[in-house]
Amino acid sequence: MTADRSLLSSGGLPPVFAATGSASFSEFLDSHGGPGGAPSPGSLAAPAPHATTIVARATADGVVMAGDRRATAGSMIAHRAMEKVFPADATTAVGIAGTAGLAMELVRLYQVELEHYEKIEGSTLSLEGKANRLGSMVRGNLGAAMQGLAAVPLLAGYDERSGLGRIYSYDVTGGRYLEDGFHAIGSGSVFARGSLKKRWRAGLGDAEAVEVAVEALVDAADDDSATGGPDTLRRLWPVVAVIDAGGYRRVGEDDLSAATAAVTARRRAALDADDAALAARAGSRSQHP
Amino acid sequence: MSMPFYVSPEQLTKDKADYARKGIARGRSVVVVAYSGGIAFVAENPSRALHKISEIYDRIAFAAVGRYHEFENLRVAGVRWADLRGYSYDRSDVTVRGLANAYAQTLGTVFSTEAKPWEVEIVVAEVGETPAGDQVYRLTYDGSVADEHGVVVMGGQADQVASTLRERWREGLDLAGAIELALVGLAPDPAGGPARTLAAGALEVAVLERDRPRRAFRRITGAALEGLMPAGPRETA
Repeated sequence: MTADRSLLSSGGLPPVFAATGSASFSEFLDSHGGPGGAPSPGSLAAPAPHATTIVARATADGVVMAGDRRATAGSMIAHRAMEKVFPADATTAVGIAGTAGLAMELVRLYQVELEHYEKIEGSTLSLEGKANRLGSMVRGNLGAAMQGLAAVPLLAGYDERSGLGRIYSYDVTGGRYLEDGFHAIGSGSVFARGSLKKRWRAGLGDAEAVEVAVEALVDAADDDSATGGPDTLRRLWPVVAVIDAGGYRRVGEDDLSAATAAVTARRRAALDADDAALAARAGSRSQHP
Repeated sequence: MSMPFYVSPEQLTKDKADYARKGIARGRSVVVVAYSGGIAFVAENPSRALHKISEIYDRIAFAAVGRYHEFENLRVAGVRWADLRGYSYDRSDVTVRGLANAYAQTLGTVFSTEAKPWEVEIVVAEVGETPAGDQVYRLTYDGSVADEHGVVVMGGQADQVASTLRERWREGLDLAGAIELALVGLAPDPAGGPARTLAAGALEVAVLERDRPRRAFRRITGAALEGLMPAGPRETA
């Protein structure tokens, strides 16, 4: 790590800082021996904390991304209030699933990467460019992924050129897929995706889209032990971000509390209606045996 | 056998300094003004692509005069320095004092070891939570650092207007007032002609805004800049 120390020393700027060419921070880091780069694990004795479900869906004006708050280590809940949805820059959000430590490091590096490009070049990358860059950074983690430490992001952003919200999913090899309408990743994604498929309509408004995203997480938490539902006891709601022409904004606690209450009330009413129907049938049977 | 001419270190340093000063004075000026809501950077720069003012980090910005490729080199190095430091430690550990030190050492080394000194003068500034927390450092071609308050002017006819600007600057200026003051500093013609009244199109303006969360740097262009320009005929220095 001698190169590392010289780069961070308080003396003059080393010559590598003045090298011309790349506007990529991660390339600068790699080629000049900065900190970072997860060591390749020989074997994994203890399970590392895992982040779970993220959903994203395109709306009329942009895109909504939501993530639950639970991190698990094996069958234990490692963290109840973890955040898995982050702003990558002003117009994109990135959500993470998989090995929490690696995924959060990936997000941190990606955030610096986008900002670094913007500052050096004086302009922002296209959404497609941002998506490709994230793909190659995910691929850099392939060695660890093959040994069981996979970390996979979901990217959602507002594309200024087309005026649309777009969602990109990834696999551990860095494959990048433009999703149509909605997508979910993580352990509860099967259930979340089913829920989204039923409730997604083209051109949903923001408030409705937030509620649908929260409902997808409720459905995922219902059937997947590694996904946390809204925690009314501690007032912990999913992290929900809306991205449109105005940029990234995180949905406030009051709105999430209301969305959760709406979903819960609808579920409760449906169950009550089922109970009432069953009771009515049982009653009519006893009258006409 | 021929002997190389002996040149005393005093003479050598003086020659280099004169050379650098002349190069810097040929360019157009940049004025940095502290105002109540932050720090404003105003440069005479008709180019929309080659910036003299830019963002380094969340609360830190950079302004330079002189040779473009030399200060661009410093700017890129500064962005890399700040991003690496912030990524390695924490965003709050990136300070303008550290950056000014790194620049001072780099400029000092170039000045004393290279045949040609860099013809640049730069300002690095960090906006604080209160006006008292603002930090502005001016670095010259030889690596010397000056801790500045209020208003700084560099390049062009800076010497002529510096004292006028310092007299007219007062605490609690608003942004329009800061730009008006900066225009006084930019009025002298580098070619030696009469004082000019610069229009918005000839200016590059950016601010570090105290109240913006995280990234405080913002460029002011187009209609927003027109709205801040002084309306009537201005008094010039």
